[in-house]
Amino acid sequence: MGKLLEMTAVLTGLPGTGDFARGVHPPERKTLAQDAAIEVMPPPAQVVIPLLQHTGAPCEPVVKVKDEVKLGDKIGDATGFISAPVHASINGSVLMPSVTTLPNGRHVKTIPIKAGPDQLAGDALKSEVLGGNWPTSGLERFAPDQIATAARDAGLVGLGGAAFPTHVKLVRNEKRPVDTLLVNGCECEPYLTSDYRLMLEFPGPVVTGALLAAQAAGAKQIVVAIEDNKPAAADAMRKAAEGTAVKIAVVHTKYPMGGERQVIPAVLKREVPTGGLPLDVGVVVINVATAAALARAVVRGKALTHRVVTVTGAGIARPKNVLVPVGISYQELIDFCGGLTPDAARVIAGGPMMGFTVADLKVPVTKGTSGVTVLTHADLARVDETACVRCGRCVDVCPLHLVPTKLALASKVEDWDLAKKYHLLACCECGCCAYTCPAAIPLVQLMRKGKAQMPR
Amino acid sequence: MTDEAKKEEQQAPKAEAAAPVLHVAPGPHAFSTSLTTRRMMFDVLLALVPVFAASLWQFRLYTVIQLVICMVSALLAETLFTAMRKKPILIRDGSALVTGAILAFSLPAKAPWYVGAVGSFVAIGIGKVIFGGLGQNIFNPAMLGRAFVMIAFPAFLGATAYVVPDAAIDGLSRATPLTTLKQLGQNTGLLPLFLGTTNGSLGETSALACLLGGAYLCLRRTASWEIPAGIVSAVAAIAGLMQWLAPVAGWTVLHELFSGALLFGAFYIATDPVTSPLTPRGKFVFGLGVGALVMLIRKLSGYPEGVMFAVLIMNAVVPLINQWTIPTPVGGVVLEKKS
Repeated sequence: MGKLLEMTAVLTGLPGTGDFARGVHPPERKTLAQDAAIEVMPPPAQVVIPLLQHTGAPCEPVVKVKDEVKLGDKIGDATGFISAPVHASINGSVLMPSVTTLPNGRHVKTIPIKAGPDQLAGDALKSEVLGGNWPTSGLERFAPDQIATAARDAGLVGLGGAAFPTHVKLVRNEKRPVDTLLVNGCECEPYLTSDYRLMLEFPGPVVTGALLAAQAAGAKQIVVAIEDNKPAAADAMRKAAEGTAVKIAVVHTKYPMGGERQVIPAVLKREVPTGGLPLDVGVVVINVATAAALARAVVRGKALTHRVVTVTGAGIARPKNVLVPVGISYQELIDFCGGLTPDAARVIAGGPMMGFTVADLKVPVTKGTSGVTVLTHADLARVDETACVRCGRCVDVCPLHLVPTKLALASKVEDWDLAKKYHLLACCECGCCAYTCPAAIPLVQLMRKGKAQMPR
Repeated sequence: MTDEAKKEEQQAPKAEAAAPVLHVAPGPHAFSTSLTTRRMMFDVLLALVPVFAASLWQFRLYTVIQLVICMVSALLAETLFTAMRKKPILIRDGSALVTGAILAFSLPAKAPWYVGAVGSFVAIGIGKVIFGGLGQNIFNPAMLGRAFVMIAFPAFLGATAYVVPDAAIDGLSRATPLTTLKQLGQNTGLLPLFLGTTNGSLGETSALACLLGGAYLCLRRTASWEIPAGIVSAVAAIAGLMQWLAPVAGWTVLHELFSGALLFGAFYIATDPVTSPLTPRGKFVFGLGVGALVMLIRKLSGYPEGVMFAVLIMNAVVPLINQWTIPTPVGGVVLEKKS
């Protein structure tokens, strides 16, 4: 069982080594769901669409109660440049708006939609979202700003988890030209396999989306980065990308390879400045699922209404990769996968390293939900927190070369001079330090608190 | 209330109990279980096994007696002092045992029982608990305890205290290699130094045992290799320089490295994570400092050996080293926002 196949980094024609300094190797646990082909969920009776599913300003509703809406209709419009509209993910009628608290702690307004009688379902839905033919030539007919506008109108956000509005990255900036589009298929979070299944089963839309994104951003070079624990996905992508400008880079399997600040040096040997963006080094990074959604938005004119979610972990009866409408509840999704096992202890939105725990299974799945990981008491068994013995293990694993124990201490005692001296704001909260800490100190939590409290 | 409603109410809690209770906690939700603080302490004890074996061979029962005295005293001291601070007593973490063992191995075989006992109480009480317990102390507790007894009982820890003329054990009747070098200009062979058939503190005589245990500690990364690397580099460089400028017949760099408490100190004492710097670079600098001070004390002071004082002095410099070696984050330093 274990690993799929041993492979090594392959980066033909690229300056990177396929690796970055430090980081950790948590158990991958991808075998739980990696062989489960993407399934389509039966249409739900209701969806609840949050008006804020992205990083940025929340949407304003553009529908009223009792309005009839169709799949893909805009129901909330973006209110600023860094914002993304939201759309109906089923056919139905609008119910009373309400509020919900998302797993990341944000309290947001929602628009519930009650399902109507006829719905696009099953294979028809799957083929509309991901299947069919995806052109790799003749894409010049889409002008760069046309692609960016389509991304914005489709409500496209980063599907890797951070949910940053995609059109912001694709709009050309004369002052900061882009030369490389990096499509992120690393999926370094343990357990999660949604990007893997997408690349394996539907590499077509990923390649088309990559070509379109590069055209929009003005990038000459297009690279898809895939960790070497997913050789089947790399092969499928290589085949689909044949004859196009898209290159496949196989990088080492190491957490957090999927982070922008790790994958860019690993592939391109460029360092993103602290506090800056990949754009500062001429790179735009989008996730493979985002690329596929961009292809659907531009070529088929469809909004981002569905996504692939991995439902996995020892606390789930039947781990699966599921194509779900945005706004479905965690409860329904978990029930579709056989429900929780009796020893389930923690439901996580995302993977175990950077995911947030879900307190209420009635909350909706959003655009940024890449997975639902359910851990058991056995997974979470751990020694109690003890004093820091300054062993420096956190320093040895921090991919950004910070000193987490000092940052945690500074945050704890609210010593902001010390926090600044040790570069608290550079922390990306990847969790390598807390994963490693022999004293079980909640380093990430402390630093997160410090970042929120520190006067800027 | 109807009967049916009552029934439902009775059943409701049952149904809830059947569903798993979900917990909420901050991430990450995965953690490495390969290392805990307790495991680190037991790693040190495990790494001391070759040292114990070499010491048992050379000093026989004296080793066992000193170990028992120091480890039991350390546990007692830990219990007593933490109880006085009204803090939970955490002797299960094994840190007191490590302090006791390191102290025992740094004492001469014939030191009276109260030397080890007083040393342990000072090590734990003044060296550690007063600062706030595990992880808070500035100075290496075992070395602080040893420094205290060395000054309090100079007769039992000075160079002459190591020599027991009428001892049944052969090794004990001779002066330590560094003393013979300093006072008589006599050399000790490399092989006895390597194997540990010389006189000295209980744990320091065998270079081989220290290298074996030290390799284990470094491979487990319980000890950071940067520290012994720094110490050995500094000692080798200075000894090499001295050998070139003012050669002593038969005394080489290897003699300098294998004699005294150098390797024991490099692998087991200076590597105490609490009292050494945090970053790899800082650790190497710390090692260089310890090594340089050892050579300074060995060559220019009245003492034949200087590992203890070198470690204690460098402990005091650790906060400074940490300041000097704040690593630059990947991507450079965050620029202050212009407001």
